[in-house]
Amino acid sequence: MLDFPRWKKVWLSLVTAALALAALPSLFALANLPWPAAIPAPLVNLGLDLAGGSHILLEAESGQIAAQRLENMEETVRTTMRQADPRIRISEVSSNNGSLSFMVEDTGQVDRARELLLPTINGLGSVREWDLQVVDGTRFVLAPTDQGLNAAVDNAMQSATEVVRKRIDALGTREPTIFRQGDTRIVVQVPGLQDPQALKDLLGQTAKLEFKLVDETALPSDVQQGIAPAGSQIYPFADDTPTVGQTIAVRRLGGIKGDNLVNAQQSFDPQTNEPVVTIQFDQQGAAKFAQLTTQNVNKPFAIILDEKVLSAPNINEPIRGGTAQISGGFSVEGANALAIALRSGALPVDLTVIEERTVRPELGIDSIKKGGIALAVGLTLLMAFMVLTYGRFGVYTCLALVINLLMILGVMAYLGEVAALTLPGIAGLVLTVGAAVDANVLINERIREERARGRGVVQAVETGYKEASRAIFDANITNTIAAVIMFLFGSGPIRGFAVVLIIGIATSVFTAVTLTRMWVAGWLRRTRPTDIVL
Amino acid sequence: MKLLKLIPDNTNIRFLRWRVPFYAISLLLMAASVGLMFTKGLNLGVDFVGGQMIRMTFVDQQAAPIADLRARIDGLGYGEPVIQQFGQLNEISVRMRLPADSSNRTAVAERMTREIVSTVRGAYPQVRIDGLDSVSGKVSSELFESGMWALILAAMGISIYIWIRFEWQFGVGALFALVHDVTLTLGMFSLTQMEFDLNIVAALLTLIGYSLNDNIVVYDRIRENLKKFRRMPITELLDLSVNETLSRTVVTSLSLLITLVALLVLGPDVIFGFTAAITLGIFVGTYSSIYMSTPILIWLGVTSDSFVPNEGPDRAERTARGET
Repeated sequence: MLDFPRWKKVWLSLVTAALALAALPSLFALANLPWPAAIPAPLVNLGLDLAGGSHILLEAESGQIAAQRLENMEETVRTTMRQADPRIRISEVSSNNGSLSFMVEDTGQVDRARELLLPTINGLGSVREWDLQVVDGTRFVLAPTDQGLNAAVDNAMQSATEVVRKRIDALGTREPTIFRQGDTRIVVQVPGLQDPQALKDLLGQTAKLEFKLVDETALPSDVQQGIAPAGSQIYPFADDTPTVGQTIAVRRLGGIKGDNLVNAQQSFDPQTNEPVVTIQFDQQGAAKFAQLTTQNVNKPFAIILDEKVLSAPNINEPIRGGTAQISGGFSVEGANALAIALRSGALPVDLTVIEERTVRPELGIDSIKKGGIALAVGLTLLMAFMVLTYGRFGVYTCLALVINLLMILGVMAYLGEVAALTLPGIAGLVLTVGAAVDANVLINERIREERARGRGVVQAVETGYKEASRAIFDANITNTIAAVIMFLFGSGPIRGFAVVLIIGIATSVFTAVTLTRMWVAGWLRRTRPTDIVL
Repeated sequence: MKLLKLIPDNTNIRFLRWRVPFYAISLLLMAASVGLMFTKGLNLGVDFVGGQMIRMTFVDQQAAPIADLRARIDGLGYGEPVIQQFGQLNEISVRMRLPADSSNRTAVAERMTREIVSTVRGAYPQVRIDGLDSVSGKVSSELFESGMWALILAAMGISIYIWIRFEWQFGVGALFALVHDVTLTLGMFSLTQMEFDLNIVAALLTLIGYSLNDNIVVYDRIRENLKKFRRMPITELLDLSVNETLSRTVVTSLSLLITLVALLVLGPDVIFGFTAAITLGIFVGTYSSIYMSTPILIWLGVTSDSFVPNEGPDRAERTARGET
């Protein structure tokens, strides 16, 4: 038990040094001391509650993705049937409960219609995207398959994450962390941000831009009551426009979407000096836009952003250059945000902020300082207590404690982002210090007891370590169970706490049991005492 | 050098003589805690009920003008705010429930935050906004659910481990002590109306771990003594085990308290509730490892036979000799 061959001593010392020294760069950084650039320095990552910054959790409505997909399917079905040669007439197109149904009017064309739809329902990937059933001979029912829907949600979330990333980059935020969580959520973490409002405004904007013709045949009284003529749709005006509160009827078909943009910039209207957004279409978009404006000169068209009308100007002349100017009662910031949103593309699905946590960086620094002081004072008092209670063995305990602390920080530095230090994590450090002495207390008390029972020094020490180990082992397992469950179920800061506990349990068993035993064994071998003060 | 001995050697305190009155007191306290939770309830933070919490510091004031702020924020029409002071006298948190009936709750919540901040800024230009927590109803119910699951699973997991390592009676004893500790701590939170947030769940999990630490040390000694002193009456044996480990119990609890008090007094204000919960848990846990989880072994019928691996002729023989 007390035998430590040389190779074992060397090995233990090397492990200890490697882990404990890794804590030094972080301690230097916290104390604002320069670290020699020549030496690689892994740093302990700080959680947002210590570094300051914002944590924003966004969620997409998966129902919206399904609805969009159904709408696209309807369009595909209509186009496919219309473009078929000879044309296949369909009727009673309707969607309910997430599936689409329609009738093929000529029973003779049912098989051909089915054939034409096959590529669409089979999709491009390996999974079939839709289930097709033909009821009563002529009624087609298309229902999305679970795999197909999941793949669509996954796709939409993937591109939504990309759009979010582009927008945040465009805002000039440094070192953002953006990742998907679960099926429909995106986590955005930005360190050191003072005002997350701009960021939230930007991410909350879907930025779906559409240009649609105003239905001039609609009666104003009908529009007021929300009744749209066939083929038209009622839209409200956007919040900051002069005409807010009013509604307008626009034609459902024949408009163009703002997907084909190459650029969008905030600028000022040369006449009114009002902030506006200037957009630039790509070639395809420019052609479509030119066609729309050429065919509808002197008619009004509505510029619609996220289902709300920004403005409905008259087309005075055809716009062929592919450049357009959008006004809508913007502030400079609002126009700038819209320009960024348009540049980075529309979000495929609306995102809602469902959780936000923001901490001012100074508050984090304050927490670190206070936590550090509490740790230093607690540690000093504890060490005094240990030396007073256990003498030489208490000194070993103290040494083990300090090394333990360094090792925890060192391991966290090596692990990096997985094990960021959070505010509860600091509490975890302080607690681990208190709990780590338990192992030494158990051992020392047992040695004391064995001595009182009349055992010799070496035998008492040996029995002390052996008998105490069992309880130490069991106690640490139970703590590990609690900590692992905390890690699995906890979120954010709690995880930081659990990480410190788990690392601390491992390092404290190592330092409190293995290292002290090595030191005690060395001392016994050197001096061969006949009595010990304990 | 003379070393400090808080507990003299060979104490022989007959702890278990008082087990019935202590059990009665504990059961009463547990009942009172449950009663408090049903009547007074817990002061749940935004983590668990959703809503917004804005932390602010009134840099140029001695103390935050809480009454005035309450009136001003109440006047905005989003409901009554919960304003709590923490840390320094001029540091407060303003908590608001999410507006209940609104189709676009996120937008309303956003506007509410903006209005509160601008109202407070208007009246007190020197105010500093330190942080904002905003949690939607969906997220808060998820957090609540996962917090509860974490507590239940940890309690089960630890009890099962002790059952496997020791005997079923010890598992039950540990589980009982654990329920006792958590219930009393929750009762204290209900009584003081300290804010109960996600951090407190972590604190509860931690104190479960530590209270079990104590239990295990005593149980380990009981197991050892049960094998060693086959003829000793169980009550006497339990007393002996508690006495033998008493010095360790006191030294360890004191060590933890030293660091915890340092954290309470000098540590960051934001985790005061967290530290307070663990500190309370150390007291309750130390007490319960002596008076809750140990005496229950008598009632559950633990004997020295519990750790005899081969039952059979040996056991029959001893029973015949009148040893139990």
